[in-house]
Amino acid sequence: MRFLRRTPSPAILRDVLLVCLADGIVGVSFGATSVAGGLAWWVPVALSVLVFAGGSQIAAVGVVLGGGSPVAAVLAGAVLNTRLFPYGLAVADVVAGPWWRRLLGTHLITDESVAFAMRQSAPERRRAAFWTCGVLLFLVWNATVLLGVALGSTVHNTDAFGLDATFPAVMLALALPTLTSRSTRVAAGTGAVIAVALTPVLPAGLPLLAALGGLGARWTGWRGWLDARRSAADPGVPRDSAVNQEELSAGGKR
Amino acid sequence: MMPMSAIVALAAVTYAFRLAGPLLRGRVTVPAAAERVFADAATVLLIALAATAALTAGHGFAGWARPAGVLVAGVLVTRRAPFPVVVIAAAGVTALLRLAGVS
Repeated sequence: MRFLRRTPSPAILRDVLLVCLADGIVGVSFGATSVAGGLAWWVPVALSVLVFAGGSQIAAVGVVLGGGSPVAAVLAGAVLNTRLFPYGLAVADVVAGPWWRRLLGTHLITDESVAFAMRQSAPERRRAAFWTCGVLLFLVWNATVLLGVALGSTVHNTDAFGLDATFPAVMLALALPTLTSRSTRVAAGTGAVIAVALTPVLPAGLPLLAALGGLGARWTGWRGWLDARRSAADPGVPRDSAVNQEELSAGGKR
Repeated sequence: MMPMSAIVALAAVTYAFRLAGPLLRGRVTVPAAAERVFADAATVLLIALAATAALTAGHGFAGWARPAGVLVAGVLVTRRAPFPVVVIAAAGVTALLRLAGVS
């Protein structure tokens, strides 16, 4: 584990441990709610090792426990994980190296590890921050999910501890800070109303996918996208100007 | 029910999304506007999931205790409370309300 020998600064390590503590609570809650809801013990465990993306694991299990089909669960989880693609572009330099390190590092790309890497500018520090967060988080996440599975199988009434409220709370904690522009807020608000309104009538899982219809409400965003395409097709107009236009129109009420 | 095949499928798709970035770095540029659509899609899903998970159970209303806990968590998030505080507050408020007889 040579990459761990480039130790990060104590401040980074402290922040990483705080994030691990928070995710650990979620891990316990995820493991406990999954088995308390009737899933086999290996379902949350396999998801945590193989998928290792908390939001999508919670979403997938949420869909299935709500009565949705496994296909809807995979779709919901997959859409949530599309954000890992731009993350991968952002930290490509950090996971470079021998093939085994690249394969391993790729699996450790998460909201948290990318955020820690992005906060550093020097290559060595970026690398140290990413790997420290990624490795520790993988260990803590899987250990706490196992602990949750053990708890969930012994404590039968997890609702008494309010664990069912931790799922939506985590989603809010992840999503609220990203509601920075008006068009995003409109899209998210519309999506939430669509999903809640359709829940009584549609099979579980589908209301969540229907919520993506809320993206249609971000008309300023789409107009900017079209402008950007148009100017990309026309070499006479500098490409950045259209994007800046969109920033101005979307960010005006920030 | 969640078969192993579904777990493996989600794992494969997720790994593919993770791998695409490092593989394509330097060869493609994702237009900033397209990246924003990806980001907004994830936000819309997360908020919709938060809303349905907070308010509904099965096809009906989840009762008042859970949304109350989630609401407190949401307020704490906007006040920039640390993540562990947010999660514990959500569970704590919901548990206390249930202890007090609010379903």
